Amino acid sequence: MAKIVRLSVVDADRCVGCQCCMFACARRYEPGLAVACIGVRSSGGMERGFTVVVCRACENPPCARVCPVDALLLRPGGGVRLDPAKCIGCGQCRTACVLGAVFWDDEANKPAICIHCGICAAYCPHDVLLLEERNAVHAEG
Amino acid sequence: MLKDDPLANVLLVDLTKNRFRVERREDLFSQHIGGAGVAIQLLHELCPQGCDPLSPDNPIIFAVGPSTGLFPLASKTVAMFKSPHTGNLGESHCGGRSAVAIRMAGFGAIVIQGASSLPVYLAVHDGKVYFRDASTLWGMGSSITPGRIIRTSEPGAGLRTIMRIGIAGEKLIPYACVTTETYRHFGRLGLGAVFGSKKLKAIAISGRRSLPVADKKQYRRVYDEIHRAAVDSPVMKKYHDLGTPENVLPLNALRALPTRNLQSAQFEGAEAISGESMAEHYLGRRLACSHCPVACIHIAALREPHPKEPYFYKTSMIAYDYEPTYALGSMLGIADPVGMLKLMDRVEAVGLDAMTTGVVLAWATEAQQRGLVGTTETAGLTLSFGDADSYIQAVDLIVKQPTEFYSHLARGVDAAAQQYGGLEFALSMGGNEMPGYHTGPGAHLGFLVGARHSHLDNAGYSVDQKNLVQQLVPPSELVRMIVAEERWRQVLSSLVICFFARGIYQPELVTRVLQASGFELSADDLHRIGTVIHREKYRFKLREGFSVDDLRLPKRLFETPATVGGWDEAYMREALRCFRESILSQQGQ
Repeated sequence: MAKIVRLSVVDADRCVGCQCCMFACARRYEPGLAVACIGVRSSGGMERGFTVVVCRACENPPCARVCPVDALLLRPGGGVRLDPAKCIGCGQCRTACVLGAVFWDDEANKPAICIHCGICAAYCPHDVLLLEERNAVHAEG
Repeated sequence: MLKDDPLANVLLVDLTKNRFRVERREDLFSQHIGGAGVAIQLLHELCPQGCDPLSPDNPIIFAVGPSTGLFPLASKTVAMFKSPHTGNLGESHCGGRSAVAIRMAGFGAIVIQGASSLPVYLAVHDGKVYFRDASTLWGMGSSITPGRIIRTSEPGAGLRTIMRIGIAGEKLIPYACVTTETYRHFGRLGLGAVFGSKKLKAIAISGRRSLPVADKKQYRRVYDEIHRAAVDSPVMKKYHDLGTPENVLPLNALRALPTRNLQSAQFEGAEAISGESMAEHYLGRRLACSHCPVACIHIAALREPHPKEPYFYKTSMIAYDYEPTYALGSMLGIADPVGMLKLMDRVEAVGLDAMTTGVVLAWATEAQQRGLVGTTETAGLTLSFGDADSYIQAVDLIVKQPTEFYSHLARGVDAAAQQYGGLEFALSMGGNEMPGYHTGPGAHLGFLVGARHSHLDNAGYSVDQKNLVQQLVPPSELVRMIVAEERWRQVLSSLVICFFARGIYQPELVTRVLQASGFELSADDLHRIGTVIHREKYRFKLREGFSVDDLRLPKRLFETPATVGGWDEAYMREALRCFRESILSQQGQ
């Protein structure tokens, strides 16, 4: 069986808000931020630090459950994959995720779904993110 | 440039008519790249000759570059306007989220013209401009509060910039700043007062889009090269660990740290306010501008007890950089880090430029000590070097202006010294108060002739430390070195590369970075463009009445020994004469 990995926010206290992870994520497909599947925002002002929002690869993901056209397919080990040909852009998956980890690509009018490739972690200069094997420490929000 | 790049979109906002439109200006961006290069052209087009900087005619121009949002460290926004402080070219740069937000909103430049009749703030989302009533935000005591309010009422968390002014900007103090993201500033030359004159309290800008590149594979290769250099290279390490206050101890050791109104260039209290000591005792958080892995922004956590009530505490998060540490620390003889942080916090809250404020207060202290002004003028206050509490009160008085003396202080050190005397120790050059480098003639000449009278124009202080400390060069040679550096910096500030990354963004790399955005330029082309931009800035300055002959050299510069020795007023006058020839020949005069 293939090794199952997922992305984890291991130390949000070290996040400096540089957003290099967001740019790295989008850069795999389109430079800029439109298709980024990870978000960094201040926790109510930069003086309070940052919240890193990324998919935590739920084993029973609400986003997939609410999709009316089955465009979100369960990924082995947790999380989902998007079948863009099926997706109608209704946005219910975005509403269903309490983390806000279903990001929206306005240009395509479809969700931007994390595939847990770990490229964001590779470009994080401060070890906030880690690509880890399943069943390791739980991710933070 | 690439045909479909939103960079060429210029958003023009008219506050008088509450209208906006977008103009496509490929002509400007393809020739002048972006940032400073494009902004000076827009200023020539839109700023009427001789206009009052605080009138609706004065435009505010923000510009970013093609590499913003594509490459790390291309995260500065260049603001241009006519400065109410110098009455001439106003240019100020700011990081935070501002540049990436403007680019992601789909613009290469934003121009604000006219003036609103009522306080207003602008919200720019998805390419549209919303004019929001800011009457309720006007007059708030702290510039931090409107930021908090707008943060909750506007969308775009994580993707936006919120630029705002404090009460100093509302009161048109000509060295009021504009603050973004609480801790970054368009600090110098009074953009805050220009906002205030337009009744513009704040601008929130957000967006999320993709950007075109010429060749994705090549783009990613160049990206990785820069990212690795930024993360691994020793050239960025000092900004990363201690931040800019790392410079306090080395400059003090070099006799270059202006102390007590530059009566000395060595401060016995330097250790206590050094980057090392501040990190050990107060550093509470480090922050980065968008798309910069370096994170040079250092924030102190200051825990203070309530003055009257036991078991009540507040923890303030206060940004400290080298320049505020000089201006509100050593220049005022303050060796108590708590007092210095509280003063920085106060200056931040009212929204004044920290550097000018420090120099103004340092002059006022010496003027009072020499008896040029008494407690009648100071409204009972005794200013004293090292006494942070008196300076905190003085900052409030500069804003409130209960006496004529404070009204003069609120116009800067030139205005105050012209009224009360003490010009020989009034430390401004070209109308702008000095930065924290008494390294030698390079620093002061660079500041005098820099197009915006900023130490960052050409880093003359670096010429002092690297070259002149070995051997003093003839004035003509110093001018040549400084002008060459300033011309190159026009290129960097047109791509809006942070100057801290200038060691990474060498000409050869810049040509490849620009290729990603469809600019096919050689290193020679870049140098030519830099020369043109520098000439265009001076064309504006001369148009608005700048003259090298009018530049004042405060005597204090020559009285206090600097790092580099062996230069005097005659040396500086000769350097200025050489510079005048060089700019006049450049203008074809």
